[in-house]
Amino acid sequence: MFGYYLDLAWRSLRRTPVMTALMVLAIGLGIGASMTMLTVLHVMSDDPLPDRSAHLFVPHLDPRPANFTQNLYAPDASANFTYPDAMALVSSRQAVRQAAMAGGTLLARRSGTGHTPFYADGRFTTPDFFAMFDLSFLSGSAWSQADEDARARVVVLSESLSREVFGTADSVGRIAHLNDADLRVVGVTRDWQPNPMFYADADAKEFSDADRFFLPLSTSLDLKFNTNGNQSSWAGSIEHNSPTLTWLQVWVQLDTASEVTAYRRYLADYAGQQKKLGRYERSADSAHLYSLMEWLAIERKVPSDIHLQVWLALAFLAVCITNIVALLLAKFLRRGGEISVRRAMGARRRDIFIQLATESAVIGFAGGVLGLILAQLGLWSVRHRPDDYAHLASMDGPMLAFTFALALGASLLAGLLPAWRACRITPALQLKTQ
Amino acid sequence: MSMHPMLSSLRHHKLTVFLLILQVALTCAVVCNVVFLVVDRIQQIALPSGLDEPMLSIIESQSIDKKQNQLARHDADLAALRAIPGVKMAVAADSLPFGDQESSYGTCATLEQLEQAAKLRSMQTNGCVQPAAYAGTPGELNTLGIHLVAGRDFRDDEYVDDDKVPAAILSAELAQKLFPAGNALGNTIYTGERKPIRVVGIVQTLVRPRLYAFGTNQLTMLFPSKSADSYIFYVLRSAPADRQRVLKAAAAKLMQLDPDRILPPEQMQTFEDLRRAYFQRDRTMVGLLVASCAGLLFVTALGISGLANFWVQQRRRQIGVRRAIGATRSEILRHFLLENFVIVSAGILVGVVLAVVLNLLLMKQYEVPRLPWFYLPAGALVLWSLGQLAVLAPAMRASAVPPVVATRSA
Repeated sequence: MFGYYLDLAWRSLRRTPVMTALMVLAIGLGIGASMTMLTVLHVMSDDPLPDRSAHLFVPHLDPRPANFTQNLYAPDASANFTYPDAMALVSSRQAVRQAAMAGGTLLARRSGTGHTPFYADGRFTTPDFFAMFDLSFLSGSAWSQADEDARARVVVLSESLSREVFGTADSVGRIAHLNDADLRVVGVTRDWQPNPMFYADADAKEFSDADRFFLPLSTSLDLKFNTNGNQSSWAGSIEHNSPTLTWLQVWVQLDTASEVTAYRRYLADYAGQQKKLGRYERSADSAHLYSLMEWLAIERKVPSDIHLQVWLALAFLAVCITNIVALLLAKFLRRGGEISVRRAMGARRRDIFIQLATESAVIGFAGGVLGLILAQLGLWSVRHRPDDYAHLASMDGPMLAFTFALALGASLLAGLLPAWRACRITPALQLKTQ
Repeated sequence: MSMHPMLSSLRHHKLTVFLLILQVALTCAVVCNVVFLVVDRIQQIALPSGLDEPMLSIIESQSIDKKQNQLARHDADLAALRAIPGVKMAVAADSLPFGDQESSYGTCATLEQLEQAAKLRSMQTNGCVQPAAYAGTPGELNTLGIHLVAGRDFRDDEYVDDDKVPAAILSAELAQKLFPAGNALGNTIYTGERKPIRVVGIVQTLVRPRLYAFGTNQLTMLFPSKSADSYIFYVLRSAPADRQRVLKAAAAKLMQLDPDRILPPEQMQTFEDLRRAYFQRDRTMVGLLVASCAGLLFVTALGISGLANFWVQQRRRQIGVRRAIGATRSEILRHFLLENFVIVSAGILVGVVLAVVLNLLLMKQYEVPRLPWFYLPAGALVLWSLGQLAVLAPAMRASAVPPVVATRSA
């Protein structure tokens, strides 16, 4: 029966080629525009670490004075940690794993002479960083807690930086010159670029930056390396270990719900204790624990422009669908005669309805193909923009399937009302007036 | 001509007419808001910096040897840069409009206000603001081509090599904000150093290195301060045609003077490139908005003309009858044009309300300003013309239906 309906649909569509083309074009444009923007939104708000994100949490403490007024032009001072708070959380070992970190840019020199030096971005952090975020080592390993405590002159390089500096991916044991320091390479990791760079300070370019080296936080402080990102102080002191200067990020790994509950309690206790000591002015309720995805939503890593574009594309799709509903309605009602003949010859309303819905689906399918082509064109043009997220803009399997589902769903939805209206035509009246 | 036959024919297509009205309304609402967004962005992109942009090129130098005397390094570099043929002037600056790097200072008109603001830990109190300060070597005003409207440029003896400056030049907007009575020139202002800074000049326009929100973009001042930072911008003034050549020569000269530095290639550019890069996202957005606007209007026009086509075909016989009983061709034409006008008008009526609602939503979610009222009649005009244009071809076809059709059976 379906084959017969398909044949009927094909005949009917061929009878009005211009109208059919218009409908396919309208749905193609709508699908193309909305899928381009939905894909960009999808890749930008995607889980940066699908295997790990459920276990990763970011604690939040608020050491700011009670009467602190947030400067309109400045970033949120409580988004980062002070050195004493970060160290207290990391050394308490209340989570499965925990690490404090800050970004840094160091001058690297290629081995050999006569090369111009260059700047590389990296992270100053504590040893749990690697296991917690699941970085994979090509050779060597992370530094130990003993190295961290001893402020050892060690570094972990990414594969690409190792190649750039030493010409090989296996540089373990060699000495890297970063800024004016000599650091022994203890490990080389596979290049790692989660999108967005969720663990970085809000100042980073989250969709294009990548860390190319990692070294102990204690060592970086010992060597007085500058850190990137926001540093907010509310009492004048800008010493790195000041209790009134926030600049560090802290992440923890918690595997079970009870661990999460316990850690929440620990954070509240910590904040309460600091208040009792007179260091914090805000209550223990100011301590929070966010999951990775919650944190991304709070930090709004997806630019608001993208949201605006998605809404615009969906409005566009809505207009296209309204357009198709009107055109299909006119088309189906014009065929009152034909429908009446079929009804008079024994077709049930349901048959008419399915036949007309099939016709809508054929248009939807063609529109989906066109929309897919247009979306690929749209994404291609997005990829050629210099914006930092541009390189991410491409469709994966599920998005591809979703495009077709959206196109078919939209056109079936569009065909629903006209088909329903058309199958209610009274055959006798129609046949009489013919 | 009476409206009656047309209205009664529309009543036969209630659902279709309703859908058409809905489509026009949605289009009207979206297009009004999108055009407004586009104009808003374009105004941002075209924001005057106050600089003589076509004459300027920039080269950033990052000194590697941090122990070097940076002031001496900058002086030597500048002397060499000024000797390059084609370079009319050159200065060293710590930051530039659209350069993204900004030093801002909590600034008040009086010391009492400053103390009060410090106590409240907020610069958003009466008489205090947080302007961006540009530090540069002597001649910055002339090299950048910033237009002085009152007072004078800095004297050589006013220059210092930190931020404890004795004098400042304010933008007109900052002067107005700090001294609403208009007596900024010759008065003193205070920053965190708590030392009086004399206002010696006022410039017309000068934007911040980083734009935040409307109303704060012009809060800027110039300091007579030579930056001792190891990262410095050299600004070169030359004829527009010489810029690329001058940049290349400058890079070669700087590396020859001191190879122990980095000249990031992406920071070696004309000022126009710097502006273009700063507004990259806005230009992407304008492109997308314009494309979607055009797409919307196109689809709506398709819908209107498609439906009109159907109706004309469907009513061929009625048209023939009307022609046979005396209606002229132009009357048939007018019938369809008027019918379209009525439908589109209804759509616009709903659309205008939707447009205002949509704008309110956008204002809440995305800090979009209020839609000025004149966008609504302008949008209506566009949709009316679009509707009339879209229906013209089907209406012409309808008017060409000969009266003899009435005598034939369907």
